[in-house]
This record gives sequence, structure tokens and C-alpha cells, in this order.
Amino acid sequence: MRALLARDLRLAVRAGGGFGLGLAFFLIVVVLVPFGVGPEAAILARIAPGILWVAALLAALLSLDRIFALDHEDGSLPLLATAPLPLEMLALAKAAAHWLTTGLPLVVAAPVLGVLLHLPGQAMPWLLVSLALGTPALSLIGTFGAALTVGLRRGGLLLSLIVLPLYVPVLIFGAEAARRGAEGVPAQTPLLLLAGIGLGCAALLPFATAAALRVTLR
Amino acid sequence: MSIWSYANPRKFLDTTAPWVPWLMWLSAAVLAVGLVWGFFFTPEAERFGSSVKIIYLHVPSALMAINAWLMMLVASLIWLIRRHHVSALAARAAAPVGMVMTLIALVTGAIWGQPMWGTWWAWDPRLTAFLILFLFYLGYIALWAAIPDPDSAADLTSVLCLVGSVFAILSRYAVNFWNQGLHQGASLSLDSQENVADVFWLPLLVCMAGFVLLFFALVLLRTGTEIRARRISALRARARRAEPVRA
Repeated sequence: MRALLARDLRLAVRAGGGFGLGLAFFLIVVVLVPFGVGPEAAILARIAPGILWVAALLAALLSLDRIFALDHEDGSLPLLATAPLPLEMLALAKAAAHWLTTGLPLVVAAPVLGVLLHLPGQAMPWLLVSLALGTPALSLIGTFGAALTVGLRRGGLLLSLIVLPLYVPVLIFGAEAARRGAEGVPAQTPLLLLAGIGLGCAALLPFATAAALRVTLR
Repeated sequence: MSIWSYANPRKFLDTTAPWVPWLMWLSAAVLAVGLVWGFFFTPEAERFGSSVKIIYLHVPSALMAINAWLMMLVASLIWLIRRHHVSALAARAAAPVGMVMTLIALVTGAIWGQPMWGTWWAWDPRLTAFLILFLFYLGYIALWAAIPDPDSAADLTSVLCLVGSVFAILSRYAVNFWNQGLHQGASLSLDSQENVADVFWLPLLVCMAGFVLLFFALVLLRTGTEIRARRISALRARARRAEPVRA
């Protein structure tokens, strides 16, 4: 599993892996928002937590179809499936690799973009914590969606149609935690719920992902 | 003789096909009675005026929107566990019906909300949860349409239905947390103190029965259509294989 994780990370970081594309997308979306709603600091500060969360979610979505599609194209997916590693662990490793290459950079970049949107300083730690707790769940859910649509033509559009409704609870609790942090209200409850969703996803979704992969590889 | 004998597509078709027209007429009759009763022979509610009559469409369609997903969930489980094709096809057949029910509930709710709440739409937990349910139906139907191999499609959509059910319930409670509601609580549940008055309750019950009958009729009809479509594609595939290969 560690070897698989290392392989995926290497593939993502090296040329053509698309590493950083999600990050660039995150930046672009956040930069575009002030053009849409106007440059007033008060308005931007108010909507900043929500914008940062939605942008992070879209950036995570963007790279989902790469999780299994490349392995499916060059035929290494069946080989991985016949390896001694259980398919459930493969799903978990894939999700972990996706989070390390997409989710983690987003978490690190979020405070910088928060400054662009005049996010109040007291909200920064809450935003960071909520993103750090929420993005693993996004990666796990996305891996499940990617397993459902692997090998389909026009899978990308379908993938977003399937995955985005599943993202709703994560988005609600994550953005709520960041918003409460910005207002200085205790944000513990949404954070705990967010962590619960993340752990539940990590415990259960790899099984669903593996079931979907078995069907695809049949 | 058990219910599983209907897992045979032929037996299923032979048994249910004659029911469909009867169910159609019956649901039309029950709906006609319920709607006419509700629209013309009930008094106008104190605070709501005649706008209250939309509940004869709104409540039954909302009921069926949720129950259709439940039925899909059960059918998906049966397919995953016992591999009965009819079950998978019934889940597929129920999805568009459920989606239309969700849409009816949303639209009638908007039409009622405009004069009563002064807005077509509010980000109320119940409304939002229904909108999310609508999106789930969309994704489920799109996944069915996208996968060419019928057995894989049945497997993958069943898995999606299971995972989607969990997330639909999660979303339902998440939106509760996220915003306070404008929509009134359940005023029809059996244990609640303030139920609607009997004058409205009885025709509403008839309308609910009519919607249930309509749902059964449509799902049986559509399942039959799916079975026949599957049979046609099997026959075509057989014919193609029988043809000599031309160089």
C-alpha cells in the first residue's frame, strides 16, 4: 500500500501529472469572485468562508477523473486489482494520494487566498481546521464517484453530477464551521460533525469503491 | 409459492401486464374522486383561503417522491443480494417516476409559497432537502443512461443508490442544522397533537391512495417496458451473431 501511495504521488508530481492544476484552479476561482460581486471589503469578508469552501470543493472535483482513468487507460488497473493488496485498501490508497496531491495543497493555500478576500484574522485557524478535516472526506467521496464512472466516455460530466450532491453535507458543515469562526461564535459542533463524516467516509466508502471497481473490471 | 417466483421475467410480465390498465383506471377514478372532493366540496381554510387546496397535489407527490427512493433502495438491495433482473429493472423504472413526483412537490410548493410566504423559493431545510433529492434522482438516472452493459449498469447504480441513500439522510439533517425552517412541521403524522381537521384529511387520504395507485401502475408499466426492451436487445444480439461474418 505504501508503494502504491508512493507511485501515485510520483506520477502526480512529475511532468504531465497535473499536480498544481487544482491549486491554480482554486486561485482563479477565488480571484474571479471579487470581479463578480464587487471589491467592497465588507461584502467579501462576509462571503469569504463560503467562497473558499466552494472553490476548494470544485478544485477537488476537477482532478477526480484522473484517479482511476489513467490507470484504466494504460491497463495497470487490472494488474493492481490482481495484486495481493485488497481492493478496499487500493481505494483507500488512491483516496489518500488524491488528498495529498489536491486537498493538502488547498488547505495550505487557503489562508493566502483568505487574505485576498479580506477574511478576518480570527477565522483563519477555523478555516484551516475545517478544510483539513473536510477535504479527506471530499477525496474519499470523489474516489467512489471516480470508481463508478471509470471507463465511461464523457465520464467527467457524469462524475460531477453524481459527486456534487454527495458533497452537500461536507460543504454545509465545513462552511458553517468557517463562518462561525469568522463571527467569533464557538464552532465546535460543526467541526465535530465534519470529523464524524470524514471518519465515516474513511471507514465505509472504500468498500463501496471496491465494489464498483470489481464491477468495472469484470 | 413465494414472492421470488415473480423474479422470473415471463411470470412477472404475465401476472402484472393485465393489472396495468386496471390500476390505471382505478388510480384515475380515485384521483378524480379525491381531487373533486378536495377542490369543490371542502370549506376554505381560515387563514389560507382557497390556496390550501394545493395540498391535495403537494402532500401526496412529496410522499411518493420519498417512497419511490425507498422502493429503489429495496429493489437495489434485492438485485445486489439475489441477482433478480426484474428487481434491477424495477428500480430503473421507478427513478423517473420518483423524479417527476419530486418536481411536482417542488413546483406545487412554490406555487403555494408565492401568495402565502411571499416568495417562490426559500432555502428552508425541507425545500432544500427535496432539491437535493431531485439532484440524486438526476445523477442516478444519468448513470443508468451512461453505462452500455446492462448488468454493470444495474450493479453500479445499485451501489450508488445505497451510498446515495445514506448521504440523502445525512443531507436532510445537515440542512436542518444549516438553516431554520419556514415550512410547517409534519401536520399529518399519527402521533402529532395538531393534525389537520377531518374535512381536509379525508379527501387528502383519498388523493394519497390515488397517487400510490398511480405510482404502482406507472412502475409496473415501465418495468414491463424495460423487460421487453431487454428482450429485444437480446434477440438483436442473437440475430447479429447468427449472421455470417463478411470479410
